[in-house]
Amino acid sequence: MSDQPTNDGQRFDRLPATDDEREVAGRATRREVLDWWEERFAIPPETFEGFTFWEKGKGKIWAFHGEVVDPIRIEGLGMTFLRTRQEHWKPTTEAAQRFGRAASKNVLELDREEAEAFAAGVDQDLDWDGDWGYLIAAHDLAGGLEPLGVGLYLHGELRSVVPKGRQR
Amino acid sequence: MFVPSGDRSETEKPAPTKRSDMDPLERYRPLVDDYEAFREAANRPLPYVVRVNTIKTTVERARAALDEEGIAYEPVDWNPRLLKLPDGSPGDSWAYFHGWLHGQEEVSALPARVLDPQPGERVWDAAAAPGSKTTQLAALIDDTGLVVGNDSNLGRLSALRHNAERLGCTSVAVTNQDARNFSVKPFGSETPDRPGAFDHFDRALVDAPCSCEGTCRKNPGALDDWTMEHVESVSGIQKGILRRAVQATKPGGEVVYSTCTFAPEENEAVLDHVLDAEDCRLVDCDVPLETAPGVTEWEGERFDESVQTAHRIYPHQNDTGGFFVAKLVVGDEEVAA
Repeated sequence: MSDQPTNDGQRFDRLPATDDEREVAGRATRREVLDWWEERFAIPPETFEGFTFWEKGKGKIWAFHGEVVDPIRIEGLGMTFLRTRQEHWKPTTEAAQRFGRAASKNVLELDREEAEAFAAGVDQDLDWDGDWGYLIAAHDLAGGLEPLGVGLYLHGELRSVVPKGRQR
Repeated sequence: MFVPSGDRSETEKPAPTKRSDMDPLERYRPLVDDYEAFREAANRPLPYVVRVNTIKTTVERARAALDEEGIAYEPVDWNPRLLKLPDGSPGDSWAYFHGWLHGQEEVSALPARVLDPQPGERVWDAAAAPGSKTTQLAALIDDTGLVVGNDSNLGRLSALRHNAERLGCTSVAVTNQDARNFSVKPFGSETPDRPGAFDHFDRALVDAPCSCEGTCRKNPGALDDWTMEHVESVSGIQKGILRRAVQATKPGGEVVYSTCTFAPEENEAVLDHVLDAEDCRLVDCDVPLETAPGVTEWEGERFDESVQTAHRIYPHQNDTGGFFVAKLVVGDEEVAA
């Protein structure tokens, strides 16, 4: 049996700060998570000050705004936030809604009709000059740009990945 | 919070006196000042109310979003975060999609306000699903600190999880334990030297499972399954949960007890029991609604005089559902965890 620690799906483990502190192979670090949000969406790392990041379930990262013991065996801790351990990391709809207002890159602005299709889970053909991959879809609401959720942009098409239970 | 009578695994009811011929509200005639108005209000449907989720927006933006979609609303005097919607549920509105609104009955927003948790505190919500009050507690602490939303029913926990995520709560932890013997061990109570460990909460909310008579305006069926046996068995569960909440809260910390029933067996009798059994006392609490004091006598039983600090809310007083709320302060005597 290997001595290498592995991910335990029954508990939350806090992400190591950096590579040097990593004990579980393949686990994302806090540094990588902050860099990813900054590189992908230009969300300043300070946005996540005071938040701790945890893995429960392989690759499933949770964001929690407080301090608890590490590791911790409970059912939920903060909100699901990001899917790692795959080539393209994928933010959750809830993370996009909660933190997406701080994004200034790879935010696709939709008009009302496009926003309605997106929120209903419908894929649509759209022009977009920016990066392909996971984007934050947003629309204008009550005097500001408000993030709707996560879309996957490929080959001229915006795929809505709004979960069924969250569609409008 | 409603416990369906079928869930009472611990009570083998011999011959339930199902009083279908009898009307459960009739027994409260001696308690209610204007009984006719009470009965009349109990038969009216309830206004639909939403709470603005300040974790994701402001009251101003939520109102502006409703205005943009032509959805009518009226403010609720005592709580600017509540809005009455005369046309019913806003489930398909943009404000709802963004997690800016959460459907929550007016009186149900009361216990979290009475508990008044502060940013950075640790709060226990003992019977939390489906999470209206848990998410409200998270909003009241500015989503900074810890709200432990606990429920014994795994199925109902998924509703709690869904609501907490939709409302963007990042300060909520979810546990699945029997609240009556809730263990703080997962949070490091036995390893106090570990960072983040604690063994007592700053505050606790016991919004207890109950016979739910007060929700009859929303669910007219709430009274159909009423039996005295259910009232008595759920009263035992309530005593157990409230005792554990007092034990799990630090000395000087506050515990709020609430139900949506009129039955003194589930309200004042529970408080009276816990006052005797645990080191705690009842204190006055401000409730910005018309209320009646807790009752000190019921069907030949006398309760501690301090139960009068509790608030009974009858449907006719404020055009809401029925409710009961009381605040306790935990004593300074060291309590065993």
